[in-house]
Amino acid sequence: MLENLDARSFCDGVLECARSLGADYADIRIVDRNDEYIALRTGKVEHLDNTSSSGFGVRVLVDGAWGFSSSPHLTIEDGRRVAREAVRIAKASLTLKRKDIKLAPVDPQEAKWESQFEIDPFDVPLEEKIGLLRDADAALRRNEKVKITDCSMTFWRQHHVFASTEGAFIEQTKTESGAGIAATAIEGAEVQRRSYPASFGGDYATAGYEFVKSLNLVDHAEEIARGAVELLSAPPCPAGDHTLILEGSMLALQVHESCGHPIELDRVLGMESSYAGTSFLTPEKLGKFKYGSEHVNITADATLTEGLGGFAFDDEGVPAQRTEIIKDGIFQGYLTSRETASQLGWKSMGAMRADGWDRIPLIRMTNINLLPEDWSFDDLIADTPDGIYATGIQSWSIDDKRLNFHFATEVAREIKDGSLGKLYKNPMYSGITPEFWGSCDAVCGKDEWHIWGVPNCGKGEPGQSAHVGHGVAPARFRKVRMEGAK
Amino acid sequence: MSEDRLMGESALKQLAGIALEHSKAEQTEVRVLTGRWGLTRFANSTIHQNMASENVEMSVRAVFGKKVASASSNILTEEGIRALVDRVVEMARLQDENPDFVSLPGPTEQPRFAEAYCPDTAASSPEERARMVAKLVAECDKVDATAAGSCLARVYERAVLNSLGVGTYFKGTAASLTTVVTGQDGGFGYASRMASSIRDIDASEVGGEAAKLAWESRNPMDLEPGEYEAVLTPYATASLIGMLGWAGVHALPYQEGRSFMSGKLGRKIVGDSINIWDDALDPRVLISPYDAEGVAKQRVEIIKNGIASGILYNSYTAHREGKKSTGHASGHNLIMAPGDATLEQMIASTKRGVLITRFHYTNLAHLMTVTMTGMTRDGTFLIENGKIAGPVKNLRIQQSVIEALNNVDMIGRDLILEENTLAPALKISKFRFQSATQF
Repeated sequence: MLENLDARSFCDGVLECARSLGADYADIRIVDRNDEYIALRTGKVEHLDNTSSSGFGVRVLVDGAWGFSSSPHLTIEDGRRVAREAVRIAKASLTLKRKDIKLAPVDPQEAKWESQFEIDPFDVPLEEKIGLLRDADAALRRNEKVKITDCSMTFWRQHHVFASTEGAFIEQTKTESGAGIAATAIEGAEVQRRSYPASFGGDYATAGYEFVKSLNLVDHAEEIARGAVELLSAPPCPAGDHTLILEGSMLALQVHESCGHPIELDRVLGMESSYAGTSFLTPEKLGKFKYGSEHVNITADATLTEGLGGFAFDDEGVPAQRTEIIKDGIFQGYLTSRETASQLGWKSMGAMRADGWDRIPLIRMTNINLLPEDWSFDDLIADTPDGIYATGIQSWSIDDKRLNFHFATEVAREIKDGSLGKLYKNPMYSGITPEFWGSCDAVCGKDEWHIWGVPNCGKGEPGQSAHVGHGVAPARFRKVRMEGAK
Repeated sequence: MSEDRLMGESALKQLAGIALEHSKAEQTEVRVLTGRWGLTRFANSTIHQNMASENVEMSVRAVFGKKVASASSNILTEEGIRALVDRVVEMARLQDENPDFVSLPGPTEQPRFAEAYCPDTAASSPEERARMVAKLVAECDKVDATAAGSCLARVYERAVLNSLGVGTYFKGTAASLTTVVTGQDGGFGYASRMASSIRDIDASEVGGEAAKLAWESRNPMDLEPGEYEAVLTPYATASLIGMLGWAGVHALPYQEGRSFMSGKLGRKIVGDSINIWDDALDPRVLISPYDAEGVAKQRVEIIKNGIASGILYNSYTAHREGKKSTGHASGHNLIMAPGDATLEQMIASTKRGVLITRFHYTNLAHLMTVTMTGMTRDGTFLIENGKIAGPVKNLRIQQSVIEALNNVDMIGRDLILEENTLAPALKISKFRFQSATQF
């Protein structure tokens, strides 16, 4: 769609209209998206879906209040209508204005960026993609106690243009790919599931089809199927305070829920309090609050463009950055927007992103990474006389300030005398965020470190789903409260 | 295009007709959706996000024998529609066969109809939404509390046509006003209303209800986690009942043996007083007479007098069992039968228990027992000897919904629509609180 549009002239026309109607600031995003989702369930292709959507959204500031409107009709007439509506909405916002919204300064950029890939996933023949999933599915179902299988791959391409009345004009194209497999074994009332490389659709990256190939789904199918079946007869995870080693994908979710969300400055300032909640990481804690042990070093890094949370510019035209969030266990920084950063007297670190043309940008995670130390995984297990190794995401829940959390994992293994031992089913662990991270006494090294892609981070109203990344290596935590459902 | 910017039945069917005519597939289904929404979000008692949008979108499903593919696009010029159809037809040709697929659905009888389109909502303006928010905030100002929340007005229409003769059209509206109020000294409150007509929502009432809770819940004390009696407001019950929806009232998980209903139809699974059904035509829910396949929605008894009685089918899962679709290709509208108790009577009958306003971030910790975890939020209170003893800090629950519905002592007489579930208050004799948080 965008190839038929003179984007610069369209943006100029719409922004000029907004300005002439009284907007002190305006920006426009034109977005053209194409998604492909292929899913096999228990031997049958249940989804072969392709979705494309294009349109534009206009955001305006009038007398210090926001308005936003959007449309799928990329004509200058509708552009002007949308600009008028955005200004009218901003004027309605003035009804309850208590203070002017101010934007932290940014140097307006003119730029063009495309993410890297080796194999364009949209050029790979459907037969090849379905064939790969079918091979993985067949390998999973060789185990007769596996009753349900899920094998899927997803590809996204988003081309978008950002322009502002400050003079920014930025074009970005991002291609993302991901895939995964899962086996569910059922015997009577016992249902157990194992997945690879991660739960809920697998792993994702800013990459092409080469990423899917690199996952070697078929080679891992037999092991996953066996794992699900073995869980049917495994005892429940023993209740008690245990030393816990978390595998990467589970630890990625732990970082996501207990660090990624509470560092969103809009949450901290109460802007999401009615829906997702607020945060315990309030500004007076900056530079002094002990979030975790000295082993806990966390960055927000959008410059790692291979991660799902990487990009060149955010949706306010702020360049991608690497920001220290936790340094030697001490809380140092936030994910910010121009509006929220200005309230702390800061510049934005560039975390504003919108889910499509009909949504406003919100503060979203980029790649929130737990930095590696130098343990090897084998050495970490060998160094643990008594503990639990937990793998795979089952469920998650955390309170609205991001303190009290509860996670269930797919599987746990006993660690006894430095070796992995018997299998446990239905493991659950819970805790309070700073106490949990305070108990971290080891993080594995670069060889085990991987950026996990999370394509379904929900936030905002109407709901928005963000693609974010979490670089982690397995880590060890002491005295973690655990239990196992029967 | 009319004032509400809907295109109307004939225009939608005309667009769908272009796709049907162009398709070379053996069977073709075309769904056209248009809609417009305005959403005013507020926080710290000020409007901080204020938005509107509209869209028009077409989804096409193409079938060759047992090969099925779907695609959608919002580029609905004639050229765009033909390109969409060509794409999905090509995808379907390359597709593998799904042995369980039989056919797209055929036409169904007209559903008993209830009006779901309210011109007031369709014509509502950003100024009207701002006035509603101002009224709500005024109630919070009275107790020195700040309000956050959202006010939504939405109008939409959907036509579903297929090559077997399905040709349905429906338009509706939805409005909601929801708030979380932050009071002094750690107090929080919540209130929410959903309706088809925005005029049915009293903003002052919503603000007043949440502000009162925020006032009453200030200075919460610690409460040792453990097993307590529990009184759930309708907001909290809606989360509990909603979890059943996630855990397997639809046919697919039932057929796969991973539903709490699997193998239990006709058997008693919860207490005798529990009656839960699905009815998208009940005027108290947001009415939707047809599902995404254009099949008329049926009322389905899910739990009747404690007995597992029915599950929800789309055409695919129905064909697998040689049954007819119940019209549930898209979502569900669960309703729990009311009882005759008031919330006050429930509190008065509680020796030592917890009053829960609502839950936050609930999830299934264990599938087959429908064990739900989640936090209490926005007003949690200790009840002692039939009276509210005071607010307590929020607690994490870990509770099987099935077990809870086996321990229901009293059911409330008033129903509230929350998260598209119509639910009463409940008094439950045993409820497990796993841990506490710090606020």
